[in-house]
Amino acid sequence: MPKQTSNPKRVRSFRINEHPILTFSKGRLVKFYFEGKEIEGYEGEPIAAALIANGVKVFRITEKMKRARGFFCAVGKCSSCLMTVDSKPNVMVCVEPLKEGMKVEKQTGRGKLE
Amino acid sequence: MKKYDSEYEICIVGAGPAGMSAAAISAELGAKVAIIDDNPIVGGQLIKQTHKFFGSKNHYCGVRGVDIAKILEEKIKHPNVTLMLDASVVGYYEENVLGVVQHDRFLKIYAPRIIFATGAVENLIAFPNNDIPGVYGAGAVQTLMNVHGVLPGKKALMVGSGNIGLIVSYQMMQAGIEVVALIEIMDKIGGYNVHAAKLRRLGVPILTFHTIKYALGKDCVTGAVITKVNKKFQPIKGTDKKLKVDMICLAVGLTPLSELLYQAGCNVIYIPELGGNVAWHNEDMETSKPGIFVAGDASGIEEASTGMLEGRIAGASAYESLKGANPKAEEIILAAKDELGKIRQGPFGTKPRLGKEKLQTITH
Repeated sequence: MPKQTSNPKRVRSFRINEHPILTFSKGRLVKFYFEGKEIEGYEGEPIAAALIANGVKVFRITEKMKRARGFFCAVGKCSSCLMTVDSKPNVMVCVEPLKEGMKVEKQTGRGKLE
Repeated sequence: MKKYDSEYEICIVGAGPAGMSAAAISAELGAKVAIIDDNPIVGGQLIKQTHKFFGSKNHYCGVRGVDIAKILEEKIKHPNVTLMLDASVVGYYEENVLGVVQHDRFLKIYAPRIIFATGAVENLIAFPNNDIPGVYGAGAVQTLMNVHGVLPGKKALMVGSGNIGLIVSYQMMQAGIEVVALIEIMDKIGGYNVHAAKLRRLGVPILTFHTIKYALGKDCVTGAVITKVNKKFQPIKGTDKKLKVDMICLAVGLTPLSELLYQAGCNVIYIPELGGNVAWHNEDMETSKPGIFVAGDASGIEEASTGMLEGRIAGASAYESLKGANPKAEEIILAAKDELGKIRQGPFGTKPRLGKEKLQTITH
């Protein structure tokens, strides 16, 4: 591997295009919604992976301190990534698989059951 | 009414390196086994480990973690093994009944012997702004990059120079992320020198006696302020340095996941050398509660290689405790103990060895 430069050319987006060891087998490319806006991700990957690939980092806002929260543990343990998915609050998006047409919303506070 | 939804001889919680090794051994010896994991695939944290393992060839030296997961997966494809994925063990009930949630259904599963191979969770350290997006667990970054092919950022600061910090830094570079610096509060790096040397050759500054002061940014990380510390680990005035990064990776250790063992009524003890609260266990991996076993990181933070050996011991001793002494099981246990002893003789085995020895001095 060459010495690193400050702007590696290989990073074109937040998706890894080339990797010296790994290849990534992905599901089909599907559309879903983040805050009403249509974006794309691969079916079956965690919702969080699809959001981060689209440059979305803030997943929720805390109840009292109004702090931004996002991805942290990636294994469904820490509760940092809770979002509202298809009207269901408190979904751990780091482990929840993406499905076509899902409506993913930032969650404020504890979320509401409709 | 049926008392349980299903019944097995040995139930194993967690399909990582320790759990799968335990399942393979107890099934091979002849027990009816269930192995339960909350992930959609087996392998635990092996699935993101693209580096080659060290050690003797008996514990997969030179094989990448991702490939070890595949080998173990083949081993548990055995008629005696029932594999339950997407299934979370949410509780332990009296007389060895596990409450399991799978596909929005609640199941009760009984087994006279249970092995908990629940693994561990990443630690967080305290500094202002450590809660904002962009501050990630190193293992989490590894999962996102190596399993899902997504980059959490483009410029990173790594905190912690244990093997996870070193290896994940290298893997970030393989994926195309620039590692601006790796900082370590102690006077020397914590992990293997070979991993550190790879980073140095690629021009990554490894700064010992350095810590993070705070993260910069409002909604997301836009930078980090690091500082030099003295021998008492207090910040030295005038040594603050501002780094422009969009992610901060924390590789500051792991904590064993002991909740279910607590609930099962096992005696759980705080052993700093083992990473936190662990269930007391003997050398055969049996806890203070007869019939309940523990293996892998849940029994003390160590490595996948030692987790697999502990899994073999737990699998064989759970089998023997159920079916009586068995020469083949004895042979497996002796061989695994011998290998564990050898690994723990090495310089990086000192801490877990002391921790496990400490455990034996405590009456349970």
